[in-house]
Amino acid sequence: MKFIDEFRDKEIAEGLIQRIRKTSTRPTQLMEVCGTHTVSIFRYGIRGILPEQIKLISGPGCPVCVTPNGDIDLAIALSRQKDVIIATFGDMMRVPGSTSSLQKEKAEGRDIRIIYSSLEALKIAKEYPEKKVVFLAIGFETTSPTIAVAILRAKEEKLHNLFFLNSQKRVPPALRALLQTKQVKIGGFILPGHVSTIIGINPYQFIAKEFDRPAVITGFEPLDILQGIWMLLKQIEENRTAIEIQYRRVVHEEGNPIALKKIDEVFEKDEGRWRGLGLIPDSGYRFKESYKSMDVRNFEIEVEPLKEHPECLCGEVLQGIKSPLECRLFKKVCHPENPIGPCMVSIEGTCHTYYKFYQP
Amino acid sequence: MPEDKILLAHGSGGKLSHDLIKQIFLPQFTNPSLEPLDDSAKITHRQGTIAFTTDSYVVNPIFFPGGDIGKLAVCGTVNDLSMIGATPSHLSLSLIVEEGFSIELLKQIISSIREVAEQAGVNIVTGDTKVVEHGAADQLFINTAGIGWIRQGVNLSGINAKPGDKILLSGYLGDHEMAVLSQREGFKFQGELKSDCAPLNDLVEKMLDTCPSIRCLRDPTRGGLATTLNEIAMMSNVGMVIEEEKVPVRESVRGISELLGLDPLYLANEGKLIAICPPNEEEHLLDVMREHPLGRDAEIIGRVVEENPKRVILHTLIGGHRILDMLTGGQYPRIC
Amino acid sequence: MCLGIPGKVIEIEKNMAKVDVGGFLRKISLDLCPDVSIGEYVLIHTGFAIQKVDAKEAEETLDLLIKMAEGI
Repeated sequence: MKFIDEFRDKEIAEGLIQRIRKTSTRPTQLMEVCGTHTVSIFRYGIRGILPEQIKLISGPGCPVCVTPNGDIDLAIALSRQKDVIIATFGDMMRVPGSTSSLQKEKAEGRDIRIIYSSLEALKIAKEYPEKKVVFLAIGFETTSPTIAVAILRAKEEKLHNLFFLNSQKRVPPALRALLQTKQVKIGGFILPGHVSTIIGINPYQFIAKEFDRPAVITGFEPLDILQGIWMLLKQIEENRTAIEIQYRRVVHEEGNPIALKKIDEVFEKDEGRWRGLGLIPDSGYRFKESYKSMDVRNFEIEVEPLKEHPECLCGEVLQGIKSPLECRLFKKVCHPENPIGPCMVSIEGTCHTYYKFYQP
Repeated sequence: MPEDKILLAHGSGGKLSHDLIKQIFLPQFTNPSLEPLDDSAKITHRQGTIAFTTDSYVVNPIFFPGGDIGKLAVCGTVNDLSMIGATPSHLSLSLIVEEGFSIELLKQIISSIREVAEQAGVNIVTGDTKVVEHGAADQLFINTAGIGWIRQGVNLSGINAKPGDKILLSGYLGDHEMAVLSQREGFKFQGELKSDCAPLNDLVEKMLDTCPSIRCLRDPTRGGLATTLNEIAMMSNVGMVIEEEKVPVRESVRGISELLGLDPLYLANEGKLIAICPPNEEEHLLDVMREHPLGRDAEIIGRVVEENPKRVILHTLIGGHRILDMLTGGQYPRIC
Repeated sequence: MCLGIPGKVIEIEKNMAKVDVGGFLRKISLDLCPDVSIGEYVLIHTGFAIQKVDAKEAEETLDLLIKMAEGI
C-alpha cells in the first residue's frame, strides 16, 4: 500500500537504528504523546531495538483513556432513556463507568450503536426522527473538525433530534500542564502527527520557547518514528530546542486552515476535564451560542454518583509518572476482559498495550 | 469471571470464550475424550479411534461472497474432523428456522450443503428441523455434528508441539471475516473479496500421506491465527516465534484492516490450516501444500521454541519483537 | 484514535470522494479537504479526508531515510 509499505522497510529501519546508536551519547527520556504512537511503537517492537539508554514514556494522548468517568456515567444514564439512541465510536463501548459500561448496557437491550464517522450519526437521526440521537463526541483535534462538520450539517438540515456529548480535548494545553508539574523528566516530545495535520506547528512553540525542550511532529509508520527519534536526539546532542516536522508528507506549518475554521465556527475554547490530570485550562471546547441547543449537557437527567477504583493508577500512568507495571491491579485484577480503568480498555491505552505487547 | 450476563465477546473465540469453557462447561463434563479440547474428540473403539465433533453456525448475513451458512456448516465440521486426522464420513444437520423464512432461500442453502458435502465426500445421515416464532431466531441457525475414523499411523493434537518444530500456514489470512463483514456493512472492493470457506480434508490427506509425523493441525477460525497459536503453545507448553513478513495477507484485507484498526492476525478463516511438523520436514510439506489448490499460497511462518513457554512472540517487519496474545474482547460478532 | 490512512482518490462527486485503500473502496467526505483531484492521495480519518498526501515530500523523506540508513 502506497505511502505505508515504503515506510516499513526493514533495511532502512536497521540503518536508522545504527544511526540512532551513533548519535545517542547519554540517557534520554522521550515522551510519545499520542495513543496511536504508543500502539505503533509496541506493534513493531521499537522499544526493544532502541539502545538501552533511550527510554520512551507514554503520555496522555488517548482520548478514550482521558474521558472522565462522569462522562461515561452520563452516556449510560442517557442510554437508559427509552427515546434515546447512543451513537459512539467503538472504543468507548468497554470503558468502565462508575458501575456499568456501554457494552453492558447494550447487553441489557439499550439502543447503543457503533459508528465509524460523525456523519453516520446524522444518518441515524434522519432515520429515527422520533428518537433523540446522542453522539459521543470524543477525540482530539484530529477528530474535532469532523464533529464540527456534522454539527454544521445538522443545523443546515434543521435536524432537531441530534445531540452531542462533548468530551473533546486539545493536546497542546495538556502538554503545558505536564511540563508545569515537573513530575516527569521529559527530554523531548514525539508529537502527534495527525493532530498536527490539523493544528500545524505554532501551538507547540511554547515547548521550546518557554520550557526549553525539543519536539518533533512525527508520523506513525516505524521509519517515521525512528526518524523522529533521531531528529530529537540530534537536537539534544547539539543543545538545540526547536519544533521540527518529520511527517512532512501531511503536516504543513499552517496545519489545515479549512478544518480549523470549521472548529472555530462551532466551538470556543473552554477548560477541559481530563481523567488523571484533572482540570486543564483551554484544553476543551464549549459550544458557541448558536449551537448550544445541541449540547446534551442541557438535558435534565439524573446521573449516578461518581466512583473510581481507589487503586487504579490510570491518572499517573497517563502523565508518564508511573508505568502500568507499577500498578497493583495490572494483570492481576485489571486486564482487557475485566478493565478497571480506561487505560486498559482502549487499544491505545498504555495499560492495554503493555498487556498485549510487552516484551518478556 | 466477573460477568453475570453473557456478552457478545463470550462467543468471539478469544479469552472470554475460553473462560466460559473452563469455568462453566468443563467442571460439569469431565472425560478423557473432552479434556484435550482439540478441534474434534477422539473416541477409542475396538476397531480404531473415531473422531466426533459439533459446531453451530449463526453467521450474519447468511449469504456472503464466497458462500453461505450452509456451506460454512459443512466445511466447519469437515475441517474439525480433518484437523484431528480423521477421514470425515457422516454429518448430522440440525436447523432452527425463524417463522417466515423464505423456502426458496432454504432450498438454496440446502443445495449449497449438498454441493459441498459431495465435494468433501461426506454424507448427511441424520437431521432435525425446528421452527420458532418470528423474532425468536434471526432467520436461520444451523448445527452440524460429524464423525470419521482417524487414520492409522497419525497422532495429531495440540499437545504434541516440540521445540524445533516448524509452523506452516496454508494461505491468506482474514478473507472470511472480511467477506462477511463487507457484506454486512456494505464495504466495497476493487475486485471481489470472497470468503475462503472450503473443505480441507483432501489437502490434509495429501499432507498426511507425505508427512505422517505431522504433530498438529488446526484451523484458525474465530480468534484468528494468533488465538489458535496461543492455544497450541499453552497445550504443548512451548514457545513460538512467528515471522511477520512471512504471514500472507491480501492487500485488500490489509487495507480494510488498517482503515478500521483491525489486526489480520486475529481475523477468522474458514478454509485455512496451521500445520506443526518435525524439523527438516517443512520444505517437503510446503511443496505438497503448494501443489494443492487450497495450499497454493502456503508459507513457513515460524518455529516452536523452548524459551518463553506458553508465549507466542512475533518477530516484526522491522526486526523488533512483540508478544502475540490471544484475542481479548472481541472483534466482530456473528462471523461464523 | 488518531488513525489516519492514505487512500487514492478514484472518483469525486460534489463533496464526496471514493477512495481506494489497498483495494478496499470507501466513500469519504471532502468537506475538510476540498481541493483534490482524481489520482491524488488523501489522509483518511473517520470518514473524512483531512489532508492531501504530498507525494513529493514523501519521496524526499524516503530518499533522506535511505541516505541516512546507508550512513551517508
